[in-house]
Amino acid sequence: MSRKVPEEKYRKSFSYKFRRWLEGTEDPFLGRVEMRRQEAFEEGEEARKRREQDSKALETKVYDLEHNFEMRIFNRIYRIFSILFCIFLVVMLLAAVSDLPPFGHAENPANNEVAQRYIEKGLEETGAVNIVTGMILDYRAFDTLGESHVLFIATCTVLILLRRDGKKEQEEGQDNDRLYEPKNDVILQTVARVLVPPILLFGIYIILAGHLGPGGGFSGGAVIGAGLILYLNAFGFAKTERFFTAKTYRRMSFCALACYSIAKSYSFYTGANHIESVVPLGTPGAILSSGLILVLNICVGVVVAGTMYTFYVMFRKGGY
Amino acid sequence: MTIFTCILLGFLVVCAIAASLSKKLLNTILIFMSYSLVMSIIWVLLESPDLAITEAAVGAGVTTVLFLVTLKKIDAIIKKESAQEETDEQEGA
Repeated sequence: MSRKVPEEKYRKSFSYKFRRWLEGTEDPFLGRVEMRRQEAFEEGEEARKRREQDSKALETKVYDLEHNFEMRIFNRIYRIFSILFCIFLVVMLLAAVSDLPPFGHAENPANNEVAQRYIEKGLEETGAVNIVTGMILDYRAFDTLGESHVLFIATCTVLILLRRDGKKEQEEGQDNDRLYEPKNDVILQTVARVLVPPILLFGIYIILAGHLGPGGGFSGGAVIGAGLILYLNAFGFAKTERFFTAKTYRRMSFCALACYSIAKSYSFYTGANHIESVVPLGTPGAILSSGLILVLNICVGVVVAGTMYTFYVMFRKGGY
Repeated sequence: MTIFTCILLGFLVVCAIAASLSKKLLNTILIFMSYSLVMSIIWVLLESPDLAITEAAVGAGVTTVLFLVTLKKIDAIIKKESAQEETDEQEGA
């Protein structure tokens, strides 16, 4: 038998707060962080006079080149030093480049050990037939994790810059929205009806077959995002908002990034401590093989697809 | 095959120069898109098909669409009718 918790108690609980934070009905910073409204800059009469006097004095006393001998000397030295600095920088960079090992030389460290190891042991260690995917999602998965987060942060920045205020939108957004709403173009709609399903399917195929052939999370996600944008252009926001809103995007990318981080931390932990990973590598060439790579590919694909679509929506409308 | 590659590379150079020299922003974006498309073919010839997919989807698809939306927002794409009206008004004045 379950016990019914009184509402007051529930309101104080962590799960209630977490739920509100997740759904975006409460800003966790509101009322807790000190935020002061910026006041308009006003200048008194006296301060304005002093400022004008100062700038006039600066012109007549300091920047008067004909009478200011020090200034003239300084200008000349400044020019000479800027040229010298540029030459110094160019020479230094060229010297550094000339010190690098020759491009494509067989004795280069990048050419003998690392590449050889990837080619010889890659299939055995990662279980991915596609060596490139094995490299970026297994040997160098930490970089890919960073890339996904960079994409997410880029979307957040675009949201901050382009998002329109909710209240304002209610006042003036209604007619504004209709302006940006695409007209019902018959050609575009017919083409989209034929093209969008194959594009989305192809994107899913690229993501799922990332460890078997060319492709992977990023390219597949970009293809899916492009397909969603085409669908949006043809049928308008009302159709896409049935299945993709800001809330969907937030939950999707949160789950994908968290899943990626957890999966990768697990494999880093086991790898660093020389523990056998629970996830089996499987037979190379099968869909369910190569350990965590398939999961990571799906996570990256979800984040990228959502990001591409969100970019477009933000540019078009400034909010969902 | 090498002749084909050379033609593509030449097209790439022409596109890059044309994109920077073109007067209209819309033309610049279209040239930029064709640059990405040719680049994706070159990626296939260089035996990296996964990069080619990404280049075609991001370079030719999403980036172009974002550029076009931005141009529309800043009213850089002028319709022919309104442009005609503007010139008419100027002539009348």
